Amino acid sequence: MKKSLCLLLCCALLVALLPAASAEGGMVTVYNWEEYISHDAIKLFEQETGITVNMTYFTTNEDMMVQVRNSPSSFDVVIPSDYCVERLAAEGLLEEINFDNVPNYANIDDQFKGQYYDPDEKYTVPYMWGTVGICYNKTMVDEPVDSWSLLFDDKYADNVFMLDSIRDSMGIALKYLGYSMNTRDPLEMNAAKELLLDQKNRGIVKAYQVDETKDKMVAGEAALALMWNGDAMYAISLNDDLDFSVPQEGSNIWIDTMVIPKGAKNKENAEAFINFMCRPDVAEMNFNEIWYSTPNTATIELLGEEYTSNHVINPDQETRDRCEYFHDMEDVIKIYNAMWTEIKSAK
Amino acid sequence: MYQTLTLPAWAVWAIAVAAAAFIALCLVSIKRNGGVKRSYFAMPYTLWMILFTLVPCVLIAYYAFTNGGTGAFTLDNFINFWDSNHTVNQMYAEMGPEYEVLITRGTVNIDILIYSLWMALLCTLICLFLGYPAALFMADREMRLGATLVVLFIIPMWMNFLLRTIAWMSLLEDQGLINSFLRALGIGGVKLMYNDGAVLLGMVYNFLPFMVFPIYTSLNKMDVKLLEAAQDLGANGPRTFVRVTLPLSLPGIISGITMVFMPSVTTFFIPRILGGGHTMMFGDLIESMFLTANDWGVGSALSLVMMLLILLSLGVLRKADPEGEGGGIA
Repeated sequence: MKKSLCLLLCCALLVALLPAASAEGGMVTVYNWEEYISHDAIKLFEQETGITVNMTYFTTNEDMMVQVRNSPSSFDVVIPSDYCVERLAAEGLLEEINFDNVPNYANIDDQFKGQYYDPDEKYTVPYMWGTVGICYNKTMVDEPVDSWSLLFDDKYADNVFMLDSIRDSMGIALKYLGYSMNTRDPLEMNAAKELLLDQKNRGIVKAYQVDETKDKMVAGEAALALMWNGDAMYAISLNDDLDFSVPQEGSNIWIDTMVIPKGAKNKENAEAFINFMCRPDVAEMNFNEIWYSTPNTATIELLGEEYTSNHVINPDQETRDRCEYFHDMEDVIKIYNAMWTEIKSAK
Repeated sequence: MYQTLTLPAWAVWAIAVAAAAFIALCLVSIKRNGGVKRSYFAMPYTLWMILFTLVPCVLIAYYAFTNGGTGAFTLDNFINFWDSNHTVNQMYAEMGPEYEVLITRGTVNIDILIYSLWMALLCTLICLFLGYPAALFMADREMRLGATLVVLFIIPMWMNFLLRTIAWMSLLEDQGLINSFLRALGIGGVKLMYNDGAVLLGMVYNFLPFMVFPIYTSLNKMDVKLLEAAQDLGANGPRTFVRVTLPLSLPGIISGITMVFMPSVTTFFIPRILGGGHTMMFGDLIESMFLTANDWGVGSALSLVMMLLILLSLGVLRKADPEGEGGGIA
């Protein structure tokens, strides 16, 4: 008797471990960058719709691609960057969005719609966008910061943080040499590699890193850093000596978009989530939390002067025109990878 | 790096069924034999081993010997280990004669391996020279502080090693605690971070306890009467140490060397945090092959090479301590 009771209890315990039956509104699994959404906005969404949000996170596009390729249907909404959308679409890993369920799409600025990665506006809704530039400390740099050449100048030996990110670091080297960031010519890539190797060998680079850079710039650890504008915005808000500039040679402009991967289990909830994120007040909450540029015109109206007059977060048209989107490089990415490993491991 | 893991429902069911089956088996055994067969106790762990040690190893071997696209048998991944430009060179050759100037043998992987082995060797030696005297001191029964020191060694290990490494960062930075202090004294700043020395410091700091404890254990086990006998027979202090203490602590030393050397070779993250990403160790290389380059074939081949090297070094060490008295894995 005692033993069968014990067995019963064990079984009861195990049943309790099983995934709880989904709440009435169902759920939506969102695969997003770390620290890239307002948690208040998620709570508001759960309150208003009764849909439970299950957040999962990644740190680089490359990480995300591996997971989405392995099992696209484990996620309902993914937030990849432009060139990855191009790849995902090419591999047939995206679900077409039913825009009847996303009326707030009308709030999105037309210049971010129908981009090269989704010319027919079928798969994507822009979430945030930004640029790459130089974050610099005004007390340590007394010349105009308008060229990538500063990052290769001996004056700033041991005073430059580079991004530990292949496409960004190789990209600005290519731009400095006057090539496209999307070159497929190995000779041009090789020239960029030599430039970055030379930069390292002359002791200009203090460190290659990603997430640590912004806090170190705030602490005054280096004069110059290659940085995304949102990170720069964060750093500037904590240290008045810092400023940000997108060099004359041009740079990278990017859009992170919300997509629904193939076979998503809760497609309608995903559309509700995407629509919610495009609501002016919600996009404002997200902006105030993460400080990247918003493609939402209604939100920009809400934010007003504070947003439009900020050159870091709202670069003028001329700056945007100098910048280039990344394209998918699947066919030559092995060359980029090999060159980057060579740079990183060089003594 | 920080993905949350959600188990699919079928996996949860499988675990539940397996656990229920195990409990049922035990209950049946209790009823029939009045007790649980001892071999049953090994079952959960055996299952765990098969799922999370054996299966991954087989998968690594599979990826290492097959082509990522076609799944056909190939040795390309190992050729890529030897010549890191192997695949890339083939691409240049296909692109046309003007790209032939770019074709060179890539020594990146071999260089990183040699660098990792060198750093691991240095780390092990430093740990040995720092750790042995510390263990001697801790094991000395006349020293009241010995026990306190043991606790002091253990306490930092309660914290995650990533946190401890990041904490070093705020000490060593140019604007960090040490440099601020030096500047306040008027000595001026010193470059402490973003170099090999900082990486080595991080490694020694993290792995030192793995050297101290095995040596401490073997010294502690040693019979004091042996030392007394040596003294009675006229041996002086140094002679007692060389002829009695040192040989008896040898198993501890061997075990310590193994336990420091293995994680040292496979170190990753420390070079990125304290070395500023200027150098890569073999662990970083493998990680980047899987996560950034998405080249599981080469990543697996590198992992196999790593495992082989560790097995070899274990074999060598086993020769030196055939009884495994050091309590280590060797």
